Amino acid sequence: MAKSNKPIVWGLFAVGGTVAAFCVPALILAHGLLVPLGVFGENALSYERVSAVIGFLPVKIVVLGVVILTLWHAAHRIRVTMHDFGIRKDDMVAMLCYGAAGLLTATALLGVMAV
Amino acid sequence: MSERTIELEILRYNPATDEAPWYQTYTVPCQEEWVVLDAINYVKDHLDSSLSYRWSCHMAVCGSCGMMINGEPMLSCKAFLRDFGRKIRVEPLSHFPIERDLVVVLDDFMEKLPRVKPYIVRDQEKPIEEGEYKQKPFELYEFKQYSMCINCMLCYAACPQYGLNSEFIGPAALALAHRYNKDSRDEGRDQREEITAAHDGIWECSFVGACSEVCPKAVDPAGAIQQMKLASTMDWYLERLGGVGARVKRSLSSRRTSK
Amino acid sequence: MSRKPFVRPVPATTWYMRNGRYLRYMAREVSSLFIGLYMAGLAMGLMRLAQGPDAWNAYLTALSSPLALVFHVLAFAFATYHATTWFNATPKAMRIRWGDGYVPGPTVVRAHYALWGLVSLVILVLVGVI
Ligand code: SF4
Ligand code: FES
Repeated sequence: MAKSNKPIVWGLFAVGGTVAAFCVPALILAHGLLVPLGVFGENALSYERVSAVIGFLPVKIVVLGVVILTLWHAAHRIRVTMHDFGIRKDDMVAMLCYGAAGLLTATALLGVMAV
Repeated sequence: MSERTIELEILRYNPATDEAPWYQTYTVPCQEEWVVLDAINYVKDHLDSSLSYRWSCHMAVCGSCGMMINGEPMLSCKAFLRDFGRKIRVEPLSHFPIERDLVVVLDDFMEKLPRVKPYIVRDQEKPIEEGEYKQKPFELYEFKQYSMCINCMLCYAACPQYGLNSEFIGPAALALAHRYNKDSRDEGRDQREEITAAHDGIWECSFVGACSEVCPKAVDPAGAIQQMKLASTMDWYLERLGGVGARVKRSLSSRRTSK
Repeated sequence: MSRKPFVRPVPATTWYMRNGRYLRYMAREVSSLFIGLYMAGLAMGLMRLAQGPDAWNAYLTALSSPLALVFHVLAFAFATYHATTWFNATPKAMRIRWGDGYVPGPTVVRAHYALWGLVSLVILVLVGVI
């Protein structure tokens, strides 16, 4: 029996899960709830401010790090969850999950680098 | 000593006459401080001698009396009646085939256990003249917890992944592999990883954690498996780093085996 | 007497209904769907940012739609659940030596929660002032 290649994705899953645990709840609270509800005022996350901040290279790296690692964490866990829900086409599910994570990684990368 | 009467609902299965298992209810006069196993023994001695089940020590060390008690895998000698209501449902351990009544077939585990080499593996045995292998307190502490397993199989009955895929090596066998991987005298981790780091080894585990919650000996197989995932992931990357990786790996393991 | 072991099949799609422990596990796993969707939205948002002020403002407007708000409430709940399960499990997966034993699990967990609080505060303040 050959050793599994799971370590490639599992390493990302573990690191991503940690990053997600630390950052995502506050991110959702701030960017998904408090800003739209106007708690931080009219000008919160305005185009000028956000593009200025993301213009800094260190900020780019941190933002991309959080987004990409979390995406891969979620992709891997969704794959496992599909199996738990009884979907047994693991190869296809894996391709879809990691494929989507790859596409979104590219999206985030292109977006952040273009700012 | 106060008495109490319970309704014991037991899953029966006689391979010679039954197509499928069925429930039989016994009314059992019990002492307040009895455990479920005492009530079952009462049934066997006074009500129905045809009932089959396993037990031996009556003190949570032999590991043979595991059953589903109200749906939860437990040692029946450690499940006190006072913790349950008047009606108690007893079934054979989940995820194992039923041999007869409360007796399950353990062949699957018996076949898997030796595959993970649950014993000390050395590249070269030390000659007897050189004396014993010495261990520092911490070196004992590192694996002691994982050596407490009594092979009661509660963890397999609790593990949904084992229930869904019986090829999975499973919690207790993996925890025992970890026990030897963690032993400073052992050099067999590479060999064990051929089994434990293969598809049906640690990677079949999704860290439900149920095994550790039901384990009567606080072995924490789920924790052991997560540690193995971490170690196997490191090993996997080091193996792919070529010469540098091999050197790092060697220096890590020689630090462990040097006395 | 010949043997005829009886196998009780496990239902592949509904097994987790058996007890609360499995349901809690599934809730933890399903958190990944919400976290993944949220991150997908964020990745798209970054793309909108690169496309200029109009695209970005449209994105901000979309964020305040009722549907988006409901989703983010759910996502927030699941992400928080993920975080607690993750931190509580950390000492099991990673043991740090301390003298002749390991750093006690509860200490590791508490340190994670403290750091979590700090990181969350920083994120809230940053998003607030930006
Ligand atoms: S790990 Fe615990 S539950 Fe599993 S067989 Fe060993 S003692 Fe029993
Ligand atoms: S009878 Fe020995 S463990 Fe219960």
